[in-house]
Amino acid sequence: MTIQTHGIDMEALGRQPAQGLDDAGLALKVEGLSLFYGGQTQALFDIDLEIPRQRVTAFIGPSGCGKSSLLRCFNRMNDLVDGCRVEGKILMDDDNIYDRRIDVSALRRRIGMVFQKPNPFPKSIYENVAYGLRIQGINKKRVLDEAVEKSLKAAALWDEVKDRLGDSALGLSGGQQQRLVIARTIAVEPEVVLLDEPASALDPISTLKIEELIYELKSRYTIVIVTHNMQQAARVSDMTAFMYMGKLIEYDSTDQLFTNPGKKQTEDYITGRYG
Amino acid sequence: MSASEKNSLYLQKRAGMLTWIRSGEPLIWANGAAVSISVIAVVGLISLLAVRGFGHFWPNNIIQSGVVYDGQESAQLGVLVEEKQVSGEQLRSAGITLVGAGPFFNRMLFKQGNRDFLGSDFVWVLEEQLVDTHNPEWAMVVERLEWGNQYGFLHSVTVRGERVAEGEGVPRTWQAFQQAIAGSVAVREEIHRIERKEIGSINHGMEAVRLAERKLEMAGDVNPGALAELAEQRAVLDAEYRVLQQQLASLYDSIRDDRYEVRLVDGRIVDQAIAKVVRATLPNQMSLLQKMGHYVAKLWEFLSTEPREANTEGGVFPAIFGTVMMVLLMSVMVTPFGVIAAVYLREYARQGLVTRTIRVAVNNLAGVPSIVYGVFGLGFFVYIVGGELDSLFFSAALPSPTFGTPGLMWASLTLALLTLPVVIVATEEGLSRIPSAVREGSLALGATRAETLWRVVLPMASPAIMTGLILAVARAAGEVAPLMLVGVVKLAPSLPVDGNYPFVHLDQKFMHLGFHIYDVGFQSPNVEAARPLVYATALLLVIIIALLNFTAVSLRNRLRERYKSLES
Repeated sequence: MTIQTHGIDMEALGRQPAQGLDDAGLALKVEGLSLFYGGQTQALFDIDLEIPRQRVTAFIGPSGCGKSSLLRCFNRMNDLVDGCRVEGKILMDDDNIYDRRIDVSALRRRIGMVFQKPNPFPKSIYENVAYGLRIQGINKKRVLDEAVEKSLKAAALWDEVKDRLGDSALGLSGGQQQRLVIARTIAVEPEVVLLDEPASALDPISTLKIEELIYELKSRYTIVIVTHNMQQAARVSDMTAFMYMGKLIEYDSTDQLFTNPGKKQTEDYITGRYG
Repeated sequence: MSASEKNSLYLQKRAGMLTWIRSGEPLIWANGAAVSISVIAVVGLISLLAVRGFGHFWPNNIIQSGVVYDGQESAQLGVLVEEKQVSGEQLRSAGITLVGAGPFFNRMLFKQGNRDFLGSDFVWVLEEQLVDTHNPEWAMVVERLEWGNQYGFLHSVTVRGERVAEGEGVPRTWQAFQQAIAGSVAVREEIHRIERKEIGSINHGMEAVRLAERKLEMAGDVNPGALAELAEQRAVLDAEYRVLQQQLASLYDSIRDDRYEVRLVDGRIVDQAIAKVVRATLPNQMSLLQKMGHYVAKLWEFLSTEPREANTEGGVFPAIFGTVMMVLLMSVMVTPFGVIAAVYLREYARQGLVTRTIRVAVNNLAGVPSIVYGVFGLGFFVYIVGGELDSLFFSAALPSPTFGTPGLMWASLTLALLTLPVVIVATEEGLSRIPSAVREGSLALGATRAETLWRVVLPMASPAIMTGLILAVARAAGEVAPLMLVGVVKLAPSLPVDGNYPFVHLDQKFMHLGFHIYDVGFQSPNVEAARPLVYATALLLVIIIALLNFTAVSLRNRLRERYKSLES
């Protein structure tokens, strides 16, 4: 059956089959979230959102719409910004992650993050992957070896680097570095993986590999991805949120949002009329 | 200019001053000139120091000649040190009668030695006054422990009161002399060893016993048992000391009656002790190879031995040792301190007015004259901190101070303070250059800020820290003024490291090449003799600083290679 689209031909994208949401549990729940920078500037306005477990949720929207800011709220990366203030709640298993008593390090172990630019540490490939475990005080060689191999395999990098684990990670290509960063992130066994435009600095082939990897990973992890690229969002995600000027305009299943958007703004954006 | 010419893409052939200036060529020439001037200045400096300083160790031929002045002739023996063209007018106005008519006269400086017999080591003569100049085959130079060099002819040799050889220009006499010198040098080395090492450690023990006794006394604890034990220890040390004293006396006796006679150029025959001879050579008989061997030996002596005769003879080893040790101690003190301060300023402090003010203050500290640091070091470290340490831990030794007096530790600490701003600024620079993506990457894996700092940020900043240290070493090694207040002396009786517990004596005063240059150059009783040593010591100081820097730079480059920043 051909789906009539408003601009995007969903079949021509080579899209992986999406999963239904019926059996999906709840991973994260955002309630009335507002974000302020430096007291006056408001970056996010009263966001309500539910992220399903073991699904891929994509945030799309034009530059500066607040999608990355929202993503960085999930693992409290915004804490590092001077003068940044958050109102509202983000619930993970009924715990507000902005509660005073929350151990941010523990939170970040459960919610991992991959950044726009590959950011491997200037250490060996092995040490990059083992880093998160070493931080947790795991230093047994056998345990680390196992975790490194498992994570690199899961990130589809093992075959390319298994003979040079001791080499510097900075010698890898950009696409390999990004997959290494993903391996590093999943080595600590998080529940949620946040991807902040993970393929925007990569060439098309590396991008394709990352997208395939995302599809592989969602059987074990909840994935939230920010992307500039609407085709990418349509290809990899199960749910899509469209944001504009710090507000959540529309949030629906990817099929629904791209084929039959409920708001005029969404339709304008995905058909390329602005943004 | 026609329209087609105006639009042409080819270079216009409009040679004019303005075009030339606009082409940027003058700037390139100026840049080239500036670089060449710098290179010439550095090369010139180094070669001047090398020629003036290291030429001194070359064994020049000994010249004998008659000096005719006012119709009287006297004999002279020595080596030519310097020549100068002087105008006749100047000489006449100085009251010198001239024979020649030339407007300029060649004036020569000879080192004639024999300060004890001739009054002065050096003598100026005019070339026109010299007659019958030649290099006598058997002219010898004797380097002595006292009174400087001796130039003359060997007359006889007496060993243990018995004349074993005599006669000038006889190889046998010379061989006997060399043998006797070798024997006496060996005995002297033994004496030196006993005095420095064995008696030194007995003195150390005695001092420890005295301090223990004084401690008991001050504690009001007159436990007779403890006192008796100390007395016993002292008796043992005393007995050892007496044995060594006897050994020394017999060693001194064994070389006391080794004598040689030398005929000076004026015909006097003088009797001298072989025990005071360092080395005797016949430069006029030496082949080039022998001279080179002698040169190397002299150079090694300069690098490896202690100074003699108010620093005008002998070596500079204690000064080399003191300089290097002080710089290393300074580095060990300044690095952690500076890095911690920079980490706080950059990573933890809120970037506001206060932090900015502190940063400006730190930068300005680098501009404070070094002597001010010296005064601060003396006032704060030596008198306040040192005095407090003394009264807390070394009260038994009072009133003679232990740390309450200038010493190696306070000198290093003062220089560490002096170079602290450099390390802080360089480290901050390095920290600020680490991409925030790397920090975030570490934090996103559940690392705390401290863990991120320790495992990722500091290793990546280590090349910058090394840069700071390089600058600090370069500045500290050449600093003299503050050291004069906080621990450097012209002659230290012993090295700050020896075989007595606790092996490294941070409370001791030490020697420093920079101060040595000042002392030899300006405080020396024998200016002409000391001058070459000033150049040689200066070159040595430059070389040592360069070596220290080179080590640090190569270390930094290795770190840089490892932590190449993420530029892609």
